[in-house]
Amino acid sequence: MGNDVRAAAPGAPLIRLQSVSKSFVLPGKQVFQAVDDVSLSIARGEVFGLVGKSGAGKSTLMRLINLLERPDSGAVYVGDDDLTRLSKRALRDMRQTIGMIFQQFNLLQNATVFDNVAFPLKIHGVRDKDAVARRVRECLDIVGLSEKADSYPAQLSGGQKQRVAIARALAPRPAVLLCDEPTSALDPETTRAVLATLRDINAKLGVTIVIVTHELSVVRALCTQVAVVEEGKVVEQFALSDPPDTPRRTQLGRELGALRKARAIDPESGDDAGLTAHDRLDASDLAVDTELEPPRV
Amino acid sequence: MSDNIVAILPELWVAIGQTFLMLGIGLSAAILIGGPLGILLFLLSPGQSLANRFVFVALNWIINTVRSFPFIILLVALVPFTRIIAGTSIGPVAAAVPLSIAAIAYFARLVEQCLRDVPRGVIEAAHAMGASELQIVWRVLIVEARSGLVLALTVLAVSFLSYSAIAGVVGGGGIGDIAIRYGYYRFQSDVMILTVALLLVLVQIIQFAGNGIARRLDKR
Repeated sequence: MGNDVRAAAPGAPLIRLQSVSKSFVLPGKQVFQAVDDVSLSIARGEVFGLVGKSGAGKSTLMRLINLLERPDSGAVYVGDDDLTRLSKRALRDMRQTIGMIFQQFNLLQNATVFDNVAFPLKIHGVRDKDAVARRVRECLDIVGLSEKADSYPAQLSGGQKQRVAIARALAPRPAVLLCDEPTSALDPETTRAVLATLRDINAKLGVTIVIVTHELSVVRALCTQVAVVEEGKVVEQFALSDPPDTPRRTQLGRELGALRKARAIDPESGDDAGLTAHDRLDASDLAVDTELEPPRV
Repeated sequence: MSDNIVAILPELWVAIGQTFLMLGIGLSAAILIGGPLGILLFLLSPGQSLANRFVFVALNWIINTVRSFPFIILLVALVPFTRIIAGTSIGPVAAAVPLSIAAIAYFARLVEQCLRDVPRGVIEAAHAMGASELQIVWRVLIVEARSGLVLALTVLAVSFLSYSAIAGVVGGGGIGDIAIRYGYYRFQSDVMILTVALLLVLVQIIQFAGNGIARRLDKR
């Protein structure tokens, strides 16, 4: 089951959320509808941005994809499997194909970089020590931290910690990488390095990326598709390859268009429609200059 | 050396052995039973992966109940139970039974509190990677809380060194028993000073070792 998720043809929808809803009971018995009947389809190889204000439900929406939050209703397809119908055991296996990174990195502080990256391999029963070591080296190479294998997370900078987290997520060769505000705790320069790493992973390994962010510059630099989330609903979804002056319904959509227009060096801004996310990435794109809210740190 | 001390010296060696025996049994029981119990209590608590309100409240209540007994009362109250487990109600092994019960409850609580310091996000990341509950316990909770757990065990050892003195009530013996019988009842101040000094050194050693190990294990 896990393997066909990795193997299926590019371009086909890899992730499908079918009218998923999720509510939380707040202290005081109030019910908060975090995600309200959302349907979403994410194609293989895409870099899909979920943007919105704090509390809009974008993080919850992403956490439904690997069932860190179980939806109250609706179905969550990754590949051909409806995750909500899988057994605990099958879901655990399935999660190998869905990597995740977090704003706060969430590394094991008492384990070396090597052991952190080896963690997902070991829990899924890779017993061969050489095989584990080889894969850990490969993943640390991808994020450029091979020489830090024996360090502990406390000895690393924020950007390095996030790259270790990326290496850890890549170790079981996932088809999808979920990124929950991956750069919100980082300074602009480090953000640039982490985004460059994510871009590489998407381009070279073909990993589908779903990224939750409130930084429009991150969307601009990385995403091919973006969905604007407001009050638990996806209110607008569009491709970043659309001409930047395409009319948008949401404030965020318009801001993103304006941002792209301002950055377009060629006056025929429509021309960059054909460019991939990777071509659009340059240093000026990555300066963290447009924020919807201050980082939560 | 004073005559009093020379006279109790052979008994003192036995007493030191008894203290270590009681402490050894009590701490082993705490680690083997109290540890898993503490982990279970943590996992059952609201917001954790095995959250179950009913079982959590019940377990919590049991642990609090055991912990609310003054040790000397627990010692006496458990005499019938001790007879079943140890075959007798007197001697160091018998005293180790109530000592173990108290240590299990105490350590379970300490473990539960240590695990609360493990950042939620780290546990969540392990879930996202597909770890099972057991893997999370062994590879995340214990690894991340290990220095705190060592310090908890240190606190436990020091407390129970002092609890073991009460074991004299049921003929448990031990260093504290010497202090009470000779130092206190017979006004042999030199014996009192010696035994207290001995306990003081033991406590210092335990705490020093515990701090050292905890520091070495902590990479945060």
